[in-house]
Amino acid sequence: MPEAFTVKDCALIALGTGERAQNLRELRDRLLRVHSGCIYHHFWGGLLKPRFEEPEFQNDFAAWVYHGLRDAGLAERMALIDPGEFSEIEDLRRELVEVIEERLSESEFVPWARIDQQFYFIRSQIVVFDTDLRPQDPESLHLLIPKLSVGSVFYHFIDARRRTSSKRDDFSEWLLGLGESCLPLVEGLAKIDPYFSSLSELRTEIAQVFAQCTEQKGG
Amino acid sequence: MPGTLNQYAAIVGEDVIGHLRQLARGLQGSRVVHVNSTREGGGVAEILQWLVPLENELGLDCSWEVITGDDTFYQCTKNFHNALQGNQVSMPEHLIEGYEETNRRNAEELGAKLEDADFVFIHDPQPAPLLQSFPNRRGKWVWRCHVDVSHPYRPVWKYLRGHVEGYDASIWSLAEFAQPMPHPLYLIPPSIDPLSDKNRELESWEVEAVRQEYGIDPHRPLMVQISRFDRFKDPVGVIRAFRLASAFAPLQLVLAGGGASDDPEGEKVLEEVREAANNHKDIHVLMLPADANVTVNALQRAADIVVQKSVREGFGLTVTEGLWKGKPVIGGDTGGIRLQVINHHTGFLVNTPEGAALRIRYLLKHRNILKQMGRKARQLVLENFLLTRHLREHLTLMLAITHETMERIEL
Repeated sequence: MPEAFTVKDCALIALGTGERAQNLRELRDRLLRVHSGCIYHHFWGGLLKPRFEEPEFQNDFAAWVYHGLRDAGLAERMALIDPGEFSEIEDLRRELVEVIEERLSESEFVPWARIDQQFYFIRSQIVVFDTDLRPQDPESLHLLIPKLSVGSVFYHFIDARRRTSSKRDDFSEWLLGLGESCLPLVEGLAKIDPYFSSLSELRTEIAQVFAQCTEQKGG
Repeated sequence: MPGTLNQYAAIVGEDVIGHLRQLARGLQGSRVVHVNSTREGGGVAEILQWLVPLENELGLDCSWEVITGDDTFYQCTKNFHNALQGNQVSMPEHLIEGYEETNRRNAEELGAKLEDADFVFIHDPQPAPLLQSFPNRRGKWVWRCHVDVSHPYRPVWKYLRGHVEGYDASIWSLAEFAQPMPHPLYLIPPSIDPLSDKNRELESWEVEAVRQEYGIDPHRPLMVQISRFDRFKDPVGVIRAFRLASAFAPLQLVLAGGGASDDPEGEKVLEEVREAANNHKDIHVLMLPADANVTVNALQRAADIVVQKSVREGFGLTVTEGLWKGKPVIGGDTGGIRLQVINHHTGFLVNTPEGAALRIRYLLKHRNILKQMGRKARQLVLENFLLTRHLREHLTLMLAITHETMERIEL
């Protein structure tokens, strides 16, 4: 009998770093040296922050460049950086710095923010705990997904990508171990772009993939 | 009386409380001691009044100790408070000596209780030197800073930093406040208690009674700013915004605050406010006693729009309170207001009285949008700024701190 899926939940707690930037050059310099957890937090941590509908910018750097530095062009370029395309956080860091360097080289002055609009670098610690939920098969997991907390969605669908060697979500990792019959499910999950959805939207999308595959099997 | 987990479950949902219970499993029986300098009055005591019973209900062994001091001690710590918020204050040697001596005496009295605790939370500067009296402490010691220290008066901060650097961690309300330290700087925004007198649901007669008491017309729109009379809260700017907006729509304004009697600066600002109001029949300037919680609650509920037009703000709990009552908030674009007022969703961030007036006119004209924003405002607080989130982060911190600065902690 295959091993059951272990549903976990998580809680994040933010940590200040004391690092801040008031202009674009400082942002570049701090980005070169801050803890890699800061890069992760400012790209993905937004999912666990209050937000309504579509945020203007998907990452905190782009939002600050727009609101703090009033540089709409650079904000657009930074917003386009999709962290999902980088398997290593250091590659993502390099890309960010590259985009900023390019802007610095083409502008005649370094844009500054107001003193009370500085960028503060934050990182987070994640505490993971067991929920005691153990769905034995894809059908049981399917029934459970709509009831998962957003913390569980974050842990299994977002956090998993930096935790597993395959950079996949936990559901797919588990389903792959159950045999070829689960491949359509894994393919369906792979098509979900986690970067442009809230965690509750993600939960709905995941549930839809499970529902479609169950229907196809049944049909 | 603070609420129980079951009472909070009725507001935030069983799943949120279940999440807390799961987190607390790893902390069962842990001895937790909170230390501050007052059991009644002030934001810290308000937090501890619910935090301690709820941590106990979750299976922790939590207690609350209060240090005591004489007038010299409180004079010294009041100066600290003002200095941390950026005011230049002088600190004569005898005040510092009294402060340190008071802490040594309290350390002796608290003795084994603190030495044996698994977690000790020291709130604000008053009891900060306690740490030095416990070189053989067993548990983790955390300093919780409730004050806005984004621009501290450096000489005083330099002295206090010497007392707090040795802690295992510190907690700050916003990243902007966090001062560099050789230990982890946790960020935990404050929260409100939905069952407290200031935030509980009120009967309609309770709101009506407050309207009558202060002569507020229920048939005309009302904007309310609750805050002490302080230039950083820009009450005169609020009156200007009111005058600009009321030229286009019938409108009333309540500016309610308190606690200015022992504050010469506050008295002066209050005078300026009264002068700016110039006995306008629809501007109500109210001096409320510190315990007028139900009155504040009723005024916020009677309002169509809550205003917090600060030019500098810490977190801005009056914004949280207004949002929780389902009111859009027009807030100054500063500090913690930015975390809570999300433009076009829960209210508007403004920089000038003109900006505030424009948004007031807009909301009064588009009542459906005003209502929609009010619903979102309440939802934002429900998900992010109630005490259950605060409690969750406290539990997470206790679990995290026992694993030093590891990024990932698997229980």
